[in-house]
Amino acid sequence: MTRKLKPNRDVGIVGYGAYVPRYRLAAEAIADVWRGGQNATLPVESKSVPGPDEDTVTMAIEAAQNALRRAGIAPEVIRAVWVGSESHPYAVKPTSTIVAQALGIAPYTNAADFEFACKAGTEAMQAAIGFVGSGMAEYAMAIGMDTAQGRPGDALEYTAAAGGAAYIFGPAEEAIAVLEGSVSYVTDTPDFFRRAYQKYPEHGNRFTGEPAYFHHVLSAAQALMDELGLKSEDFAAVVFHQPNSKFPQRAARKLGFTREQIHAGLLAPVIGNTYAGASPLGFTAALDEAKPGDRLLIVSFGSGAGSDAMSFIVTDRIEEVRDRAPRTRAYIERRQAVDYATYLRWRKKVKVH
Amino acid sequence: MRDVAIVGIGQTPVREHWDKGVRDLAVEAVLDAMADAHIERADALYVGNMLSGKLSGQEHLGALIADYVGLEGIEAVKVEAACGSAAATLRQAILAVQSGAVNIAIAVGVEKLTEMTSGCTTNALAMASDGDYEAEMGLSFVAINALLMQRYMYEYGVDKDDFAAFTLNAHANAAHNPNAMFRNRMTREQYANAKMIASPINLLDSSPIADGAAAVVIMPTDMAFDFSDKPIRIAACEVATDTIALDNRANPLWLRGVECSARKAYRTAGITPEQVRLFEVHDAFSIMAALSLEASGFAEPGTAVRLANEGEIRRDGRIPIATFGGLKGRGHPVGATGIYQVVEATLQLRGEAPEALQVDDVDYAMAQNIGGSGATVVTTILERLERK
Amino acid sequence: MDIPRHWRLHNQRYKLEGSRCTRCGTLAFPPRPICRVCRSRDMEPYTFSGRGTVYSYSVVYQSPEGFEAYVPYVVALIDLEEGVRITAQLTDVNPDEVYIGMPVEMVVRKIREDGERGLIVYGYKFRPPLTA
Repeated sequence: MTRKLKPNRDVGIVGYGAYVPRYRLAAEAIADVWRGGQNATLPVESKSVPGPDEDTVTMAIEAAQNALRRAGIAPEVIRAVWVGSESHPYAVKPTSTIVAQALGIAPYTNAADFEFACKAGTEAMQAAIGFVGSGMAEYAMAIGMDTAQGRPGDALEYTAAAGGAAYIFGPAEEAIAVLEGSVSYVTDTPDFFRRAYQKYPEHGNRFTGEPAYFHHVLSAAQALMDELGLKSEDFAAVVFHQPNSKFPQRAARKLGFTREQIHAGLLAPVIGNTYAGASPLGFTAALDEAKPGDRLLIVSFGSGAGSDAMSFIVTDRIEEVRDRAPRTRAYIERRQAVDYATYLRWRKKVKVH
Repeated sequence: MRDVAIVGIGQTPVREHWDKGVRDLAVEAVLDAMADAHIERADALYVGNMLSGKLSGQEHLGALIADYVGLEGIEAVKVEAACGSAAATLRQAILAVQSGAVNIAIAVGVEKLTEMTSGCTTNALAMASDGDYEAEMGLSFVAINALLMQRYMYEYGVDKDDFAAFTLNAHANAAHNPNAMFRNRMTREQYANAKMIASPINLLDSSPIADGAAAVVIMPTDMAFDFSDKPIRIAACEVATDTIALDNRANPLWLRGVECSARKAYRTAGITPEQVRLFEVHDAFSIMAALSLEASGFAEPGTAVRLANEGEIRRDGRIPIATFGGLKGRGHPVGATGIYQVVEATLQLRGEAPEALQVDDVDYAMAQNIGGSGATVVTTILERLERK
Repeated sequence: MDIPRHWRLHNQRYKLEGSRCTRCGTLAFPPRPICRVCRSRDMEPYTFSGRGTVYSYSVVYQSPEGFEAYVPYVVALIDLEEGVRITAQLTDVNPDEVYIGMPVEMVVRKIREDGERGLIVYGYKFRPPLTA
């Protein structure tokens, strides 16, 4: 039995784009309010906070525009717009149609929203690979984007952040990175969930670690490397889902990756956990620094639970398209601190009605 | 065309009239004007108003007011041109009388702004701008005027604090007008410390939200002395328009609508700006007073603020403005304002202004009512009549 | 909320779609049915680049209803590089950093929401340029 997923036709990333909002909330600012300043073991330094006029739709539009600029294709030739998020602004009404309209991709396109906690973005990427790989479409867009919410004072509040990335998949001949293969690995593991009509998610504290994050991430990554006959040293860079600073570094160690290999795509320490946006965004940061011939690995994790692992080989074309849009670091370096009260106001955590 | 004169005027005080609705206010002003003109009947009633539908849940003001002033059965319609509604209404009444279709016409402007919360009223007032491309982008009407003021300061190197001269003049005059909303004098210090609403426009640059109604009775000049000892001739009442959105104007600091309306009015009246003895200007915001003075020919571009600071807009100056307090001091019940201006100019021409406000030797007085940020402009020139 | 009105305008709001006179080339935003210069009625859609500079601005402290969540926010007149002026909010900028002549680029943001239940209106705003 093969565990690998690979389309018959070779497929690759033809365009990619990042987005991170401008505002940052220091983890210490939260600890000052909720822990009496006890800040010895905070999960990240700071997290990104969306401005009051931003949401998954607006952020997805900008990331998608960046992807389109790099791809250099006409918007009308894109046959699918799939947006993975756990913070779609509407419960019913797709984010994806707004993105498709704004980019000029509509009307002759498939459009849908994906939901799989923090794995919704890579799930959309897998679907886009299949859509192009089958020959149904020449180009398909997949976006992972979130404006994640944590209950004030909860452990998640320190990390729940905003950002994500957009990818356009197309024929391997036009790709900046060609897909080698992927693995999707899921089980029923309720480590973190949000019931319908609830504003904030519930989580199983330490249960979110070993049986959830590490089991799925390590299983998917190991299965893919086995299927492709690769070892950790074969990869120039690897990007894991990053719910905090620690988890991805520990997963990397367990799989035999070095600090250097995860450096480029490790963003959580300064922007927090961007949920469905996290591993796709780490991967744009890795692409920003990749050289032709590099092999890159992305491994997502979504609660509930599952992981997608994908391996890509970077092509010469990366040099040509990289600077057609702002790099991931340009967004990360563009930062304006906000205080806790402003954050509460913007994120509508102050009850006014 | 027949020559037309004002034979009766009426006004309610400009206040927050908690105890009066749009109907009560209009009726009071019309009955006052009818009494002043010694008439019991009229042929037509024109009602100027901007927001009765949105804020009072009442449209169809023509028939409503005609009924309640005892004129049921006559021709009556509402006229709307945002903050320029009242003078636009007067223009319709004048056309009707000039044409011969109507002999005695009443024009009333009425506005009831205090019915709703201030946020709702702010949204309603923004309907004077381009709904889809200005108001929907989050611009209040104040913000639109603030864009003009900011650019004016930049282009002409004018200090924000120098605009205080308009506020000080308006309040100084309003202090003597029993119908004015604000009868308190202002200092430069108060102006400098006033709360910012939309920078650089502060509270004291802005006319207040207020309720009120004002009315005039007009008829052919050749009948006028039968009804009034001091009829006032309408030498001109001319309307012009400009783009509703500021961004569609080549030079937003030059109010083309004002220039066009004022020029037509001077031509119709057969006078030059130098012959205008006083000017009831549409000072909804200080910047509008400055821009109107310039485009009407009383100051070169960029010099109106200096004109104000040199004292030339005061009662004893070269071109007194806001002689009863203007929109800033008397108050700005939007759809009534244009007729308040005409009523006040009429009092000046009759020599019936309060002593402290009376301008000497008034032969011609001009009033200018503006809808939006210069999109509809109505310039009216009034002239004292001598019995032949 | 007036849903059809916002739907009708989505290409203007999301993409700065205006019009171009096919006879004399005059551009307009919003689109116009008749050319302001040559009176031709032969107009075609034209999408503006979204790059421009601030012509004037104001910081709004007292907002209309529906915009309270964003106070204080900056509104501006912006001269687009194609020579057309447009009215919009600025975003991602501190009010005290705005100046006349400041370069800006268009982004799509939330304009306002009809409460917690109603429509979310998206449209153009401008920010200091990030893209090349």
